Amino acid sequence: MNTEAPPEVRLARNRVGVLAAMKGVFARDIKLAFRQRQDLLNPLLFFVMVVTLFPLGVSPEISFLSEAGAGILWVAALLSVLLSLDHLFRHDFDDGTLEQLVLQPQPLFLLILAKTVAHWMLTGLPLVLLTPVLGVMVHLDGNSIGVLCLTLLIGTPVLSLIGAIGAALTLGLRSAGVLLSLLVIPLYIPVLIFGTGTVAAASDGAAVGAYMALMGAFLMLALTLAPFAAAAALRISLSNG
Amino acid sequence: MTEPLLQAVNLQCERDKRILFRELSFSILPGTVTRVEGPNGSGKTTLLRILAGLNDAWTGNINWCGAPVASQRETFLRNILYIGHRPGIKSLLTPTENLRALMAGRRPVSDIALRRALQGTGLAGYEDVPCCNLSAGQQRRVALARLLIADEPLWLLDEVFTAIDAEGVSALETLLHQRAVEGGAVLVTTHHNLELPGMQKLILGAGDAINEH
Repeated sequence: MNTEAPPEVRLARNRVGVLAAMKGVFARDIKLAFRQRQDLLNPLLFFVMVVTLFPLGVSPEISFLSEAGAGILWVAALLSVLLSLDHLFRHDFDDGTLEQLVLQPQPLFLLILAKTVAHWMLTGLPLVLLTPVLGVMVHLDGNSIGVLCLTLLIGTPVLSLIGAIGAALTLGLRSAGVLLSLLVIPLYIPVLIFGTGTVAAASDGAAVGAYMALMGAFLMLALTLAPFAAAAALRISLSNG
Repeated sequence: MTEPLLQAVNLQCERDKRILFRELSFSILPGTVTRVEGPNGSGKTTLLRILAGLNDAWTGNINWCGAPVASQRETFLRNILYIGHRPGIKSLLTPTENLRALMAGRRPVSDIALRRALQGTGLAGYEDVPCCNLSAGQQRRVALARLLIADEPLWLLDEVFTAIDAEGVSALETLLHQRAVEGGAVLVTTHHNLELPGMQKLILGAGDAINEH
């Protein structure tokens, strides 16, 4: 044994606040997305293609399109979010940044919330912004388009949040795609039903306040519970990896 | 007698119905470098991941400064630095951006300190080149630059010598030794023939694990 006085242990004291850490995670994901623009355009392109193919494939009749338009847009939005989910954690898992994220001293669910918000800003939000244009294309009236945008604005974050749980759970698997869809789609169905239901009610001239409140409740529920579930799922996936 | 930074008591880990280690107990004292040794598949990486809290498939106790890790997770995570096989470097980001992102949740670091750390690992002139244009060794060096600005007292380093050239290896050896002298503790796995003065060895995979001093 050495006879000198044992060295002083200096524990790391200064810390980074939760908000600053979340901002760091968010900023990094946004920056990465803009370095890889084709990943950014993929879900958008898919969304536009599905919606434009319906009039060509089924019927360009105004009566059909204005009836089914909202549903088509909602389904297309849902599927394009689903398409983008696998990227949410996959790259980070492969290069080890996910490990480093889990090892950050801040609560993991908040860091995941930051990642999910970034995911929504990069996929859900652009879909919402494109919706008015596509809504006009499928002959929705102005009121319906407004309500549709609003339901998507509330609904797409729910899709990202629920999707984060599925993406985290299937992370360690070789072929996660199919399982991810099977896991997530049943949880998406209520959001879809209420989303399109709201627009249908609006086009019938009914009040949509109650529908909106329900959508809002979905969002609150997902916002408060999904990050915890995704954090737990991530730990399990990493533990097996 | 100094208090150990990290203490593992009766660790047991099973993987694929095979016991990697059982009744593994050891202490990591401040001011030491410990090399985890063992053949491939003996559980070196798994041990480091268990200590970092990335692997849950184990039984036993791990204490940080005398109290269970589970009761002080935040403090524990702030005080360890883990660099794994996959070093957490984004190939689309530049070394500076990578380092900034890695430090974002740990402590505020100035731009000058970041640059100095990158220059210290031999990446001068590459600070703003996307990492996908760097060689494998240079990418590892980006991860190692963290060590130059780290204030965490315990380092868990898994195969950090991989893809590093001879000059880099000796610089890293000096750094680890210096770290121990300053009161930090380092736990390292490597197949590189690492010999440092006063280095401890933790040998896995030879039946029951032995702790040599």
